[in-house]
Amino acid sequence: MVVLVDENTRVIVQGITGREGSFHTKLMLDYGTKIVAGVTPGKGGQEVHGIPVYDTMEEAVAEHPDANTSIIFVPARFAPDAVYEAIDSGMKIVVVITEHIPVHDTMMFVNYAKSKGTIIIGPNCPGIISPGKTKIGIMPGHIFKPGRIGIVSRSGTLTYEIAYALTLAGYGQSTAIGVGGDPIVGLNFLEAAKLFEEDEGTEGLVVIGEIGGDMEERLAAMIKRGEFTKPVVAYIAGRTAPPGKRMGHAGAIISMGTGRAEDKVRAFREVGVPVADTPVDVAKLLKKVLGR
Amino acid sequence: MKLYEYESKELFRRHGIPVPPGRVADTVDEAVKAAEDIGLPVVLKAQVLVAGRGKAGGILKAGTLDEVREKAARLLGSEIKGAKVTRLLVEKAADIADELYLSVIVDRVGAKPLILASSEGGVDIEEIAKKSPEKIVRRTVDPFIGIRDYEARLLGLKIGLPKKLIGQWVKFVRGLYEVFMEYDADLAEINPLAVTRDGGMLALDAKVIVDENAVFRHPELASEELRDARDLTEFELKSRQLGLSFVELDGDIGIIGNGAGLTMATMDTVAYYGGKPANFLDIGGGAGSELVAKALGFLLEHPRIKVVFMNIFGGITRCDEVAKGILEVLRERSVKKKIVIRLTGTNEEEGRRMLREAGINVFSTMDEAAMKAVELAREV
Repeated sequence: MVVLVDENTRVIVQGITGREGSFHTKLMLDYGTKIVAGVTPGKGGQEVHGIPVYDTMEEAVAEHPDANTSIIFVPARFAPDAVYEAIDSGMKIVVVITEHIPVHDTMMFVNYAKSKGTIIIGPNCPGIISPGKTKIGIMPGHIFKPGRIGIVSRSGTLTYEIAYALTLAGYGQSTAIGVGGDPIVGLNFLEAAKLFEEDEGTEGLVVIGEIGGDMEERLAAMIKRGEFTKPVVAYIAGRTAPPGKRMGHAGAIISMGTGRAEDKVRAFREVGVPVADTPVDVAKLLKKVLGR
Repeated sequence: MKLYEYESKELFRRHGIPVPPGRVADTVDEAVKAAEDIGLPVVLKAQVLVAGRGKAGGILKAGTLDEVREKAARLLGSEIKGAKVTRLLVEKAADIADELYLSVIVDRVGAKPLILASSEGGVDIEEIAKKSPEKIVRRTVDPFIGIRDYEARLLGLKIGLPKKLIGQWVKFVRGLYEVFMEYDADLAEINPLAVTRDGGMLALDAKVIVDENAVFRHPELASEELRDARDLTEFELKSRQLGLSFVELDGDIGIIGNGAGLTMATMDTVAYYGGKPANFLDIGGGAGSELVAKALGFLLEHPRIKVVFMNIFGGITRCDEVAKGILEVLRERSVKKKIVIRLTGTNEEEGRRMLREAGINVFSTMDEAAMKAVELAREV
């Protein structure tokens, strides 16, 4: 069992004719992801790596009624429109890779998606992978392997670093979700943790947080309330980050006294969740909490 | 993007939030003229973006025109916490009876606008949260509905505002919410929001931070030329011109990583092993040799940096491209500073071979490389 996406997931790529969209469509197809269509306004009728391209989501879904998930590689100014189009055409999951979408736009489409029952992953995220089954994102597939550890993360490359270390240490992954580095994201740590709690194929969870906001503290509170009961190991990036400065990700900023790494580390440790001091320690701590 | 107080107050005016009569002045003569027109006494306020401006002497009261002349001359050209004062806001002094706090921010996990109000204005919200958290009243707003008057009234009553002020208070809440929504703000704040002795209410200070990613929608706010130097260090300013994602710290080990999370983790790991990171520099995913060379060259020019530690986990980024960029820099200039490289991922064998042949330290794990960088920094 895995979370949200598996070998039956049928994917539409929005922005498939662009450089990034086309490049990653190829990599996803190579991984085995079932991509059924692409959409780029004005480019309908073309093919990209053998995948038919449509002008609108409506046409794509009419031709491929089994499509249930979309991934968006559309530039920031046009991305919100693509998200609304995906929601309105009945997608269950929408993965938004695009970075630099204004926070207020994200705030609106995240609320709209919730009202329609659509799950948004991202924006500004690497996507989601259920190793060996499907990859809907831009992460390098070969560093993951099937297994029983869930990963939820706010970052991209750091997730690869830690996932690869887990793979080398013999801990395969059920599903890895990059929730995104923006201040507001669709699926957050709490909602993701709930999915991993319900998934029988997930034995333990690795949480990769960073400075900014209080999603980590709220996840710690959720663990304290007994709403997440599986073993957890956390890593928090940004212990040396100065307050008031944005560290690459739009959401990685300590402001108005909120978002400090030390508060997040303390919140996890107080509820018994070990926090790794360096990324490589995650696998060691996992061994401790799992007892194998 | 932080707006100056006078810019924020202009937005307030447009949305019906009462502010004291005031004008900007770039010279002493303009300040005197403004004071004459507005009427004495006035307050001279340095337009800088640093926090704690008042305590640092950036806000001065003046009761006569001579005083205005003398104090404006003192402020203009001075430095407040490192920020040069080139513009003043000359404002009619208010007769303050009480100071309140009001702001609108983004509730990240709830994905909604969040209003914060408190009876304890005049100090930072952080300080209120520490001293008397029970005095902060919160309310999230449904962005599709917008703020309703009853919600504003409720907030006012909950912070203990007398009923006769509620009518005025609602205008502030409504106006500030509108400013927040209209200008894509990360933060819209009035602190202090003054209750005057004659029973009026005024926004004495104003702070609006506009989402950097939404500035394109507000060209009128971005056209201000003073904005270029807004609280950036010299190297941060240079990095912007080069298109690099760079933040300066005060250590001596230069850090380059690919991806924001990994770059922060690299800084943290260096600190964990006893070193001091000098900066954050993220070259992002899929960087080619040119970007690698640009980033490395940029850090090598920094006088405080003794050792550069480049930590690359190649996913989309190819290790051989990274190596090519590094070798380019070493070919073009004589580099005296030590360079430590960690390369793992796509095409790692090729990348490591290229660097080893050129006699450069290459590591496969982040921890080993971080320890080496710390050791080298101690030797220099």
